[in-house]
Amino acid sequence: MIQLEHIHKSFRVARRSAGMKAALHSFLHREYTTIHALDDLSFTIGDGEIVGYIGPNGAGKSSTIKVMSGILTPDSGTCRINGRIPWRQRIEHVREIGVVFGQRSQLWWDVPVIDSFSLLQSIYSIPDTLYRQNLEELTQLLHLEELLRTPTRQLSLGQRMRCEIAAALLHSPKILFLDEPTIGLDAVSKLAVRSFIRELNQNKGTTVLLTTHDMQDIEALAQRILLIGRGRLLLDGSLQDLRRRFATGRILTLAYEGGALPQLPGIRVLTQEPGHARLALDTTCTSTADAIKSLSQQLSITDIAVEAPTAEEMVVALYKEYQI
Amino acid sequence: MFKLYGKFFAIHLRSQMQYKTSFILTVLGQCLTSFGAFLSIYFLFARFHQVEGFVFQEVLLCHAVVLLSFSLAEIVFRGFDTFAGIISRGEFDRFLLEPRSPMFRTLCTRMEFSRLGRLAEAGIVMAYALSTGVVVWNWAKAGVLLLMIVCGTLLFAGLFTVYASFCFFSIQGLEFMNIFTDGGREFGQYPFTVYGRRILRFFTYIIPLACVQYYPLLYLLDRAPSPWYALIPLGALLFLVPSTLFWRLGVRHYKSSGS
Repeated sequence: MIQLEHIHKSFRVARRSAGMKAALHSFLHREYTTIHALDDLSFTIGDGEIVGYIGPNGAGKSSTIKVMSGILTPDSGTCRINGRIPWRQRIEHVREIGVVFGQRSQLWWDVPVIDSFSLLQSIYSIPDTLYRQNLEELTQLLHLEELLRTPTRQLSLGQRMRCEIAAALLHSPKILFLDEPTIGLDAVSKLAVRSFIRELNQNKGTTVLLTTHDMQDIEALAQRILLIGRGRLLLDGSLQDLRRRFATGRILTLAYEGGALPQLPGIRVLTQEPGHARLALDTTCTSTADAIKSLSQQLSITDIAVEAPTAEEMVVALYKEYQI
Repeated sequence: MFKLYGKFFAIHLRSQMQYKTSFILTVLGQCLTSFGAFLSIYFLFARFHQVEGFVFQEVLLCHAVVLLSFSLAEIVFRGFDTFAGIISRGEFDRFLLEPRSPMFRTLCTRMEFSRLGRLAEAGIVMAYALSTGVVVWNWAKAGVLLLMIVCGTLLFAGLFTVYASFCFFSIQGLEFMNIFTDGGREFGQYPFTVYGRRILRFFTYIIPLACVQYYPLLYLLDRAPSPWYALIPLGALLFLVPSTLFWRLGVRHYKSSGS
């Protein structure tokens, strides 16, 4: 159980304009601006949930993860994770969480992956039997057999990410934080990572919080979405909720023989050629079913395709609405 | 904890053995650069036969003790010495994600075996200085020499820790710390008394390098006014108290400000 209540965190950042004169000036007299990285942030995540944590760059996603993993102490507010305050009881807390930072590796560059794993076993004092069991399972699920004997520096990005995820799970954490787990991966690796996360969540009940810019990650994994912008929580809901609010438009592509396009409320013609048309439909006026019914009464339709906006387009609409 | 340290040691050894040629060349280079310091002492004594009452072999002993301590500290406590990089690459965040003390974790994260070159040079110089018979040996003196090296190593470790702690506050402008680390090593080639009373006091009470060098050296050479001079190296360990406190302060600052 993850509970954050009224978390505030601000940073002081030195500011300086470009140019030599400004550089000299700032050498003598620094100007600081305060950035509110987290501004009254509250949310609760139950055990066994998969939550997608989204927001534009600089919205405060990483700061939140740092607070939740005990690296960063907030200015005010409370955070309890499985009953512990992360930054006060850091050592007990980190035994129960796994963290994958896309950029910050826990693997040693020059030695085979298995050596890094075995070092992690010692760092976390994982009992031998549990370690062997976890290693075997992770190796199988993430297809690491070939990779374990390879030095990290010779792995591809996708292979390395799979190893990073395995490394974060060797100590059987109850909660997994993933910071952009699919960034820069090819399509196959992305799918492998996603299906692994889903299985992990289903079989072990691991709570997963993932930040991502890839909406396909969210579509494939997250039952719930938290949207953050300028340090504030803007939206907390399921992907369906989001659809209901933002995906109110449909695009209908028609092929038909004869007849004239009828005028219907909520339908706008985008393109029209003889026997072929693209229509934009506003489902708050006319439902998709009604629109198709009326169209088929007046035209003899040979083919029809209905497109809903992608998650990607919804997020763009979302960011626009909240002006972030 | 020792077992874990052993594992880190093994992984460092394996990593660094991956690049054998580079390793050997660095060791040789290290050995040769510190040989330069030896030569400068040699040429000085070719013209003057004594410096503040110390002869060539005595100064060499002093040089060897300080260099030995410094290179041991560099091998073992390299993580603190290169801490600016650890902070700026975000490695320290990872340390905080592991159920270990960040200080221990930093200790484990770097071990620089290529500094064995410098260590070897210091060892050779020391062997030479001792073979000339400047010190009349007994067991107590052997113990004092060991104490000088151990306490010296820990004192340099303390200096590296102070340097590392500054990195928590700012990664810029830390070069001034080199005055005390590299500077301490260079100054420490001669007994601190040759620089005058004020410098001696500074290196006794502020940065107690003289405690592992000048005072116990007098004991080794039978010139100490009191046999208690043999235990003065232990006083240098007091430096570890403020440096550890400073480190803790730094970690707290880091956790409240982020990188």
